[in-house]
Amino acid sequence: MQDRSPATLKPEDRTELFWLLSNTWLMAGRSIRHIIRSFDQVMSLLLFPIMFMLLNRYVLGGAIDTGNVTYANYLFAGIFVQVLAFGANYTTINLAVDLKEGIVDRFRSLPMASSALLIGHIVSDMVRNVISGVIIVLVGLGVGFRPTASAKEWLFVVGLAMLFSLAISWASAILGLFVKSLEAAQWIGFVFIFPLTFISSAFVPTDTMPPALQIFAENQPLTQVINAMRSWLVGTPMDNAAWMAVIWSVGIIVVSVPLATWLFRRRGPVG
Amino acid sequence: MVRGTAHNAIEVRGLRKSYGKLKVLNGINFKVPTGSILALLGPNGAGKTTTIRILSTLLQPDDGKAYVAGHDVVEEPFEVKQKVGLTGQYAAVDQYLSGEENLLMIGRLYRLSKQDVQRRTSELIKLFDLVEASKRPVRTYSGGMRRRLDLAMSLIAAPPIIFLDEPTTGLDPRSRQTMWEIIKKLAASGTTILLTTQYMEEADHLADNIVVIDDGKVIAEGTPNALKARAGSDRSEIVLVSAKDLDKAKDIIDGQSLQIDETSLSLSVSSKNGTKQFRQILEELEKAKIPVESFSLHRPSLDDVFLKLTGHKATKEETSSTKKGKK
Ligand SMILES: Nc1ncnc2c1ncn2[C@@H]1O[C@H](COP(=O)(O)OP(=O)(O)OP(=O)(O)O)[C@@H](O)[C@H]1O
Ligand SMILES: [Mg+2]
Repeated sequence: MQDRSPATLKPEDRTELFWLLSNTWLMAGRSIRHIIRSFDQVMSLLLFPIMFMLLNRYVLGGAIDTGNVTYANYLFAGIFVQVLAFGANYTTINLAVDLKEGIVDRFRSLPMASSALLIGHIVSDMVRNVISGVIIVLVGLGVGFRPTASAKEWLFVVGLAMLFSLAISWASAILGLFVKSLEAAQWIGFVFIFPLTFISSAFVPTDTMPPALQIFAENQPLTQVINAMRSWLVGTPMDNAAWMAVIWSVGIIVVSVPLATWLFRRRGPVG
Repeated sequence: MVRGTAHNAIEVRGLRKSYGKLKVLNGINFKVPTGSILALLGPNGAGKTTTIRILSTLLQPDDGKAYVAGHDVVEEPFEVKQKVGLTGQYAAVDQYLSGEENLLMIGRLYRLSKQDVQRRTSELIKLFDLVEASKRPVRTYSGGMRRRLDLAMSLIAAPPIIFLDEPTTGLDPRSRQTMWEIIKKLAASGTTILLTTQYMEEADHLADNIVVIDDGKVIAEGTPNALKARAGSDRSEIVLVSAKDLDKAKDIIDGQSLQIDETSLSLSVSSKNGTKQFRQILEELEKAKIPVESFSLHRPSLDDVFLKLTGHKATKEETSSTKKGKK
């Protein structure tokens, strides 16, 4: 073999910061290629939200009183946030796949920053959410969603969508590090997403719920994010929803980033 | 800081690891001189993979010391990782990327320059016979191709030390032969290789030294020949054409260790200086006009060694299948 004798291949001389960024970039590139090469993931994550949009809009919509906005306009923000949440579920799934396939062992045996893999998944999650966000807006327009948002308000919507995606993707990464099987990864997200989206202002105004649910619904993060987006998109009252949404998102990030990183480092052999 | 002995690429002292109550490693010791091949030989569950995982810093030992390229695996994992290429028991490749993309990614993660990565990638693709498949997603590769890509990925940075966990399990005879060639060439170019195997034949063929482990303990170590010598001497075996010659042949071959199998008409005798005694026997049988169906000289196989050392066979099929099922 014309193989070079050992140790003649020297690592390139760069700063640690350069390598951290380079590693993260490589990992994100890898995950983004995964999105392109398994585009059915994007389609399947849109399945539930689109189904909910159609069922709620046409079956239940007539019976729900949403004041001075149409139900299609009311509903859209809820569906939009649900899309982001389903998207984050793919961080759980893809992380579990990586751990199962043994490629994580390979990455760990390399002189790389172990957090780069996690960040790569999160970045690709954001990319996937942008793609599915655009699709769901188009579908929404098709069923009667008529946003009144100004350019500045659209910018706020996109900004909050990104921030909130980031938060729930990190939280989902924690789930991905806990689950033992792919099937579990697929379903565990739903256990959180369904109750959180139903007991929120996503589909019906919260003041129609029994008191206990109402208290929960009005104080959980999804409601804040949905109310803020709805206010920007179709002009419903804002109150302090935008601030609360930002505080919740930042809070989730501050807790989950170190927790996920720590769990990932600590996680031993895959069994 | 570099510790351990300079001419040992790997040094393991009193390594222990338990999972709950299960003691997997029970104080393992061995050394691998720089540039040599060491085979860790043992049945399923012996602790081979566990040892490799500790040496490649994926797992923390409970007790004991391990130095790889002079660096403590617990205290200086980063330095160890830079010197080591790992090919795990199960292929660690990215299914959605092509073979080429996998190699480029790993090369860059080893911090090689972009030019080096490019050059090494095309070299290795050729070397491992993956040229045609290099642009296809790995999803479409056969098991053997995946295995080869997996090994190529751990060689991309031409690390001075490589760990191979059962490198030929699941390969067809031709691919196994190719893999053996590659491993031997790597060693010839100065790479230190620690490999695990359940195949005696493989350890015999490749290794300079063999460490036999069973139940987390080193039960024997030495060169393949030294280990085989421990299993006893060579045996000469003669198979006769007809049963009526059996008694005459017995008189000629005669000896303390003579064993006769009347149904297969075979006589075997242990021999100190194998070939010489063997020739003698054949000549005398010919003089006595006794026709011989076949004759052979048996060196003890490592299987015999293993049986002798542990009292059980090296490969336990049933445990292997239950273990795989768990994964
Ligand atoms: N994460 C784990 N948790 C509990 N037990 C484990 C774990 N990993 C390995 N073991 C146990 O440790 C023992 C040794 O495992 P190891 O994988 O090192 O064996 P091995 O020699 O590589 O076997 P094989 O030839 O089957 O690959 C086995 O009994 C196995 O069940
Ligand atoms: Mg093993």
